[in-house]
Amino acid sequence: MKTTVSTEVVVLLAGLLFALGIVGVIIRKNIIFMLLSVEIMLNASGLAFVAAGSRWGQPDGQVMFVFILAMAAAEVSIGLALILQIYHQHKSLDIDNLKEMNG
Amino acid sequence: MDKYLWLIPALPLGGFLILALAGKQLSRSSVALVGAGSICLSALVTFVVGGAFLAGLPANAVYTQTLWTWFEVDAFSAKITLSLDVLSLVFVFVITFIGALIHIYSTAFMEADRDYARFFASMNLFVFSMLVLVLADNLLLMYLGWEGVGLCSYLLIGFWYEQPSNGNAARKAFTVTRIGDAAMAIGLFMIFQQAGTLVISDIGTIADTIWQPNSTTVTVTALLLLAGGLGKSAQLPLQTWLPDAMAGPSPVSALIHAATMVTAGVYLVARMHAIFALSETARLVIAVIGAATLLLAGLTALTQYDIKRVLAYSTISQIGYMFLALGVGAWTAAIFHFMVHAFFKALLFLAAGAIIESLHHEHNMFKMGGLKDKMPVVFWTFLAGALSLAAVPLISAGFYSKDQILWYSWTASGGSPILWMVALSGALITAAYTTRMMILTFWGEAHTPVGHLPGRRMTLPLVVLAVFSILAGFMELPHNFGHFTLFSDLLHPVLPETAMRAEIPSEWLFQLLAALATLGGVLLGYHYYYQQPARIESLRRNAALASLHRFWFSGWGFDALYDRLLVRPFIFISKINKSDVTDRLYTGIAGATGEMYKLLSRTQSGSLRWYIMGLVVGAILILGIQIML
Repeated sequence: MKTTVSTEVVVLLAGLLFALGIVGVIIRKNIIFMLLSVEIMLNASGLAFVAAGSRWGQPDGQVMFVFILAMAAAEVSIGLALILQIYHQHKSLDIDNLKEMNG
Repeated sequence: MDKYLWLIPALPLGGFLILALAGKQLSRSSVALVGAGSICLSALVTFVVGGAFLAGLPANAVYTQTLWTWFEVDAFSAKITLSLDVLSLVFVFVITFIGALIHIYSTAFMEADRDYARFFASMNLFVFSMLVLVLADNLLLMYLGWEGVGLCSYLLIGFWYEQPSNGNAARKAFTVTRIGDAAMAIGLFMIFQQAGTLVISDIGTIADTIWQPNSTTVTVTALLLLAGGLGKSAQLPLQTWLPDAMAGPSPVSALIHAATMVTAGVYLVARMHAIFALSETARLVIAVIGAATLLLAGLTALTQYDIKRVLAYSTISQIGYMFLALGVGAWTAAIFHFMVHAFFKALLFLAAGAIIESLHHEHNMFKMGGLKDKMPVVFWTFLAGALSLAAVPLISAGFYSKDQILWYSWTASGGSPILWMVALSGALITAAYTTRMMILTFWGEAHTPVGHLPGRRMTLPLVVLAVFSILAGFMELPHNFGHFTLFSDLLHPVLPETAMRAEIPSEWLFQLLAALATLGGVLLGYHYYYQQPARIESLRRNAALASLHRFWFSGWGFDALYDRLLVRPFIFISKINKSDVTDRLYTGIAGATGEMYKLLSRTQSGSLRWYIMGLVVGAILILGIQIML
């Protein structure tokens, strides 16, 4: 059974996911969860690209999504490595404790 | 020969460059060779070029040589052009010839000094600047030389810079002459504005057409130029720097502060005679200033203890005679007196330097004495110079030059009996202080033991200068006997003839009176300082005379006056305004920047969540604006 979902709904979902990601980044204290939220934001924008691609019947949207995936993989690997280092040095993953680089 | 003209200033410049760049690496003897050799070669070139020039007279009355264009702005172009005529030849001859003798003397005089190379570098630079001054064909190039000699004068007065008083003297000389120089620069602007050119010969030819005789503009221009001359030539009211300038080494005093630089004012007035001839007021001012200066400085010289200060005041006084001559219109007489004065005053300073050196740096004449037999060469040469300074009749050069000025101060068109009387009493005072100086230094008991005697390199220049101080006068004999006017005939292509008044008294009478004034002065000095020294003591006990003595000794209180009038108010104002009003604006701007930086740096809290908030809020704002518009 083939159901068609209107583009507007998909874009709305992408926007919702993106807003959720931002809120997550802002309110979460744990760095790992912040990273997860960033991933959600990335996927939200990827979803928007795919939706736009299907709307215009062009493959570009899916090409962009593949790019975003590759970038997200790189970002996660670097981000996790950094988090590991932070935990080694500070014995904590609370972002409010990591305010050394100020003023 | 005119193509070699550029060599005359180029040789001292080369000497300066070598000594300034490599002076530390050179040995003492090669420093002396470069320093004195450059000036000697320059003098040699002057003799050759000058001889060829004089042989070619009057067909080619001026040699000019354009070396290159200095700069060009619109229609105005300043060229580096040298121009040699008889007037500049006299100056070039005096500068290089006396300069060479003084440099030879200095090789021995400064031998023990640590900064041998610095001394000769400054001296060479001075000779170069002075030559540029007198050879310049336009006023701008002349101003370059003018400032150059001022700089060298500053460097050499403060040569022994470890003593703070020497540095003060150097700064004083620089500042006081700067007042005159500023006025002169304004004068140059005025000339350019009105004549459209700064080339001296062009100004001379068009002066009559652009200026009305005795108009305000020409008088103001002439007075501004004169102010520059007054500063450099240490005339009233800018004379206070010269006595302090004696802080420099004696050869410096001889070359710069007696023979050459201080007569730059005389040169300027003579060179710009076309402008001064148009303004009767300016000429009267020159004559009055000259007369006042010669009297004031003469009386001051009468009271000094320091032999170099006596000579310094006597220099001021003799330049006063030159200004007097320029003021009454006796142009050639002024230049003649300049040349003769350069010979005998350089001689007196060098001899005084030799005495001071031998007496272990004793300057006080009252602590000298009895040097007649101990330093015979110095005595005889000093005597020749003193005879010329006192203008002893017939045998000394000073008599012929000063007598001419005395004669013209009455009979020339600008002359008057009052000026003559002042000049005559000046002659009496000159003879008196010269005799006083001679007797205190050479006769009487010896108060200080004599150290080593000056060597041949020091005595040879003295002897040559002594010969010239006696013989130079015979280039020009008075009209009533001899009527030999070689010098003024030579100068007449450049300088106008002296205009005489309608009815003139007999010249014999004037010469007799001048001779009597000199002899009277000598007798006065002889009586008070040799025959009856006790009388001076009794005079000193008189309270009124003692305070007069103090007044004269301080140079008529000019230093104290300027101190009250100018220096202290200046210091007072600068103290009040320590935190400068205009500075507040700039410190305000700097302070505001600092505050804003502090404000901004607070936002750099280090909290990642804040940064993200900032990003989001910013993005929302921008998007909101986009949507709204």
